[in-house]
Amino acid sequence: MATRTDAELVSRCRAGDTDAWNELVERFSRYVYAISVQAFRLSQNDAEDVFQDVFARVYEHLDRLRDDEAVRPWIAQLTRRLCIDRLRESRREGPADAEEIETAEVDETFGKLDQALTVRAGLDAVGEPCRDILDRFFCRDESYKAIGDALGLPSGTIASRISRCLTKLRAELEGRS
Amino acid sequence: MTGYDEERIALVLRLLPPAPPGWVQAAQELPLARAAIESIVARAEADAAFRARLVADLEGALEEAGCEATPSVLASLRVRLGAG
Repeated sequence: MATRTDAELVSRCRAGDTDAWNELVERFSRYVYAISVQAFRLSQNDAEDVFQDVFARVYEHLDRLRDDEAVRPWIAQLTRRLCIDRLRESRREGPADAEEIETAEVDETFGKLDQALTVRAGLDAVGEPCRDILDRFFCRDESYKAIGDALGLPSGTIASRISRCLTKLRAELEGRS
Repeated sequence: MTGYDEERIALVLRLLPPAPPGWVQAAQELPLARAAIESIVARAEADAAFRARLVADLEGALEEAGCEATPSVLASLRVRLGAG
């Protein structure tokens, strides 16, 4: 199945397509979560509030997005702003201005997460079963046995499948650059 | 990213673990909650006292109004009421 571009997804969401909304949330959920907990190191409670706030704003203000292709930087910026607001609230006792929170480390993490999202898009394009196998192994930290059991594959073949899928993903990514 | 060696790809993939499934599901259910949200917003626009209660204690006011205060509904209402 061909993956829809970000712009196609946004356009379908605006038309009220709930499947597209589900896909949009699924596509960006990891990114929003990672920005909150890796770049800004929010607690799980604060990260959950930011997560819900980001998607509520995206849902409510999708019609304000001028360029549908720009949904990713828009979501990144929105998440960044809400994380900073959250940190400011939690540091009310002392002054915490944007400069204090916006460190070079945050920018570096953003860069890495952007790369990760690009690789993730490549993974979507590679499709199943590689997407599932690589996601389970690298992102969900599942063992060969757990992956084999879940996918009905002999666990002794998982390592070689991971290797083949990585090669396939690499070729996909190189074809994009 | 330049130079897509497998080791680097693996490293980068690990940076995006899934968000907790309950969070994702709550966000995906926003369209389903839309009718309830619209009705609360309409009531807040028509009834200043209700709006004041919402702003002061969103969860309590929702409970009073018989609307389930899920995280996504709360977040959405904060956006709509201009409280977020």
